[in-house]
Amino acid sequence: MLKIIVCIKQVPETQDVRLDPVTHTLKREGIKSIINPFDLYAVEEALRVKEAQGGKVTLLTMGPPQAEEALREALGYGPDAAVLLSDRAFAGADTWATALTLGRAIEKLGGADLIFTGKQAIDGDTAQVGPMLAAILNIPFVAWARKLTFTDNNRLQVERMMDHGYDAVEVELPALITVVKEINEPRMPSFKAKLKAKKEPIPVWGLNDLGFQPEQVGLAGSFTQVVKVFPPPARGQSETWEGPAPELAARLWQRLKEMGRS
Amino acid sequence: MSLIFYAEKCTACGQCVDVCPFGILRLEGGALSIAEGCNLCGACVEVCEPEALALPEEESPSPRPEVPPDGVWVFAEQRHGELAPVALELLGEASRLAGTLQAPVAAVLLGDKVDHLAPALLTGGAQKVYLAEHPLLAEFLEESYAAALTELAQKFQPEIILAGATYAGRAFIPRVAAALKTGLTADCTAFAIDPEKRLLLQTRPAFGGNIMATIITPRTYPQMATARPGVFKALKPASSGEAGSITGQRPVPLNNLVAGEIIRVELESLKTSPQSRFIKTVAEIKERVPLGAAEVIVCGGRGLKEAKNIKLLEELADLLGGAVGATRGAVDAGWIPYAHQIGQTGKTVAPKLYIAVGLSGAAQHLVGMQSSDFIVAINKDPHAPIFQVADMGLVGDLFDIVPALIQEIKKDKG
Repeated sequence: MLKIIVCIKQVPETQDVRLDPVTHTLKREGIKSIINPFDLYAVEEALRVKEAQGGKVTLLTMGPPQAEEALREALGYGPDAAVLLSDRAFAGADTWATALTLGRAIEKLGGADLIFTGKQAIDGDTAQVGPMLAAILNIPFVAWARKLTFTDNNRLQVERMMDHGYDAVEVELPALITVVKEINEPRMPSFKAKLKAKKEPIPVWGLNDLGFQPEQVGLAGSFTQVVKVFPPPARGQSETWEGPAPELAARLWQRLKEMGRS
Repeated sequence: MSLIFYAEKCTACGQCVDVCPFGILRLEGGALSIAEGCNLCGACVEVCEPEALALPEEESPSPRPEVPPDGVWVFAEQRHGELAPVALELLGEASRLAGTLQAPVAAVLLGDKVDHLAPALLTGGAQKVYLAEHPLLAEFLEESYAAALTELAQKFQPEIILAGATYAGRAFIPRVAAALKTGLTADCTAFAIDPEKRLLLQTRPAFGGNIMATIITPRTYPQMATARPGVFKALKPASSGEAGSITGQRPVPLNNLVAGEIIRVELESLKTSPQSRFIKTVAEIKERVPLGAAEVIVCGGRGLKEAKNIKLLEELADLLGGAVGATRGAVDAGWIPYAHQIGQTGKTVAPKLYIAVGLSGAAQHLVGMQSSDFIVAINKDPHAPIFQVADMGLVGDLFDIVPALIQEIKKDKG
């Protein structure tokens, strides 16, 4: 029986996130919260491992109370249980404080043989929480996995994406794996699981449940601090041309050559 | 710690609501509400004329430890004896930062039989090269690389560590930061030093490039960041013909003219056998220029219509010394492997020149490329969103314009 944990995150649907043309700030009104798209591949892979090897899949997320929606939605794909980590003291956590909180929860759950995360969350795009969580739990990990094969009960061969192509590495369990979307094709949520998900009790663990002091977690426990946010540098004047192809091509090449010289 | 709000001073002017980059301030029935998710950036405090908003005083700030002695480190990524270009780019940036800090610059070179790379690091701006050679470091492995860099940092105490935001760097650097119990900022595109506090100001895009954030690591050392390849300038740019492949012949007698010190380190952490091991490289991307390091990217979308038309992009990319990218649509159609995908579910790139061919510019694609220096769009549809981010847009049939452009370049280059 493998104990499998999938860490997921509720994120704003960034394709809807738009900058206000006047104030250059993000307009969040009416923007849907979704499960971080990469996490769905992590959930799917966990379910596939469970189906092949036997085991239990538990979902874990840290977030505001409404992150429970993300857990219920993800339960609709078939995981067995879910835990929400939510406390005002957790708010404003950087990747370290997030990983620390998740790590403590995983210990409270009795540890795991296999932990999955998506390769990164689409709001912050840091890809740091997974590797940091592995460090905190002191277990090996492989990032950017596109294929998993069990070589024996306790060993996984993982194909991972790299700048140069793909490598195969072998890792002993317990281990943490971050997955890219190439790894599988997530199934559709099942009607039965969705029904069950509606009624599934989801424990909410806060500061005291995890035995933290307020200064260890959230903004206070973070090692990094945002000091300034600003709109990206404005693009130069845009120009659009129409006309016969050779003319357009010549104009473009002229421009590129000028750029090359400057 | 949370934002302080004096309701009695609030005039419900709404200025703060407009500037909040996280959209968590709302005016509801004339009263300000503050949702969760505030990270105390202070944007609202700055615009609040009646001073109804304030940042909390830091509660008993833990004193910052003494400045570590070993200056600015750059992780000198290499594979099979070839340096990743980002290593020299970051040495260039490290030299500039170290100038302000009056601190030394060191490169950390991990691998097996890689000492021939040390001179290039010394000429590239490092005063010291920490060299750890071990069979376990011959191929990249998260566990061994993290253990090695962690041990070196504990032993020699750098003030700052920079590494490339490559697949390898982004995989193992977070593990190092967590082991050293310090902060890490991913994927930075600009650095500066606050000279008074000796803080590294780390700027990165967030929300798919819709906002920029400047981040500090105020209380712990080393201050760590990964940085995008292709953004920073190497001190002495390699001549264009050998960009990215600084392959020396082994063994290289260490040139006396290269000033600096090479410090060989025997690592204790590699004496215990790791729980993971490298097996083999199963697929090598054949491109001569990897996407992440390319200064020029030619990217195609569904407008290409067929797999064979990828060749058109390849021809153009070859002429410009660039790489070929693709949208999710082109990848899902099976025209080109996933490794080429640019966008939210693929790679994020920021080349000097990005030529978008036959792609409409869905938001998911734009977030992966909109930080590029100069964007050219070629599309039949003048209303395609890609034209809104393009510096130069050409409206027309790609099957006319791209061949004409290829002709033009060939004519010019003889």
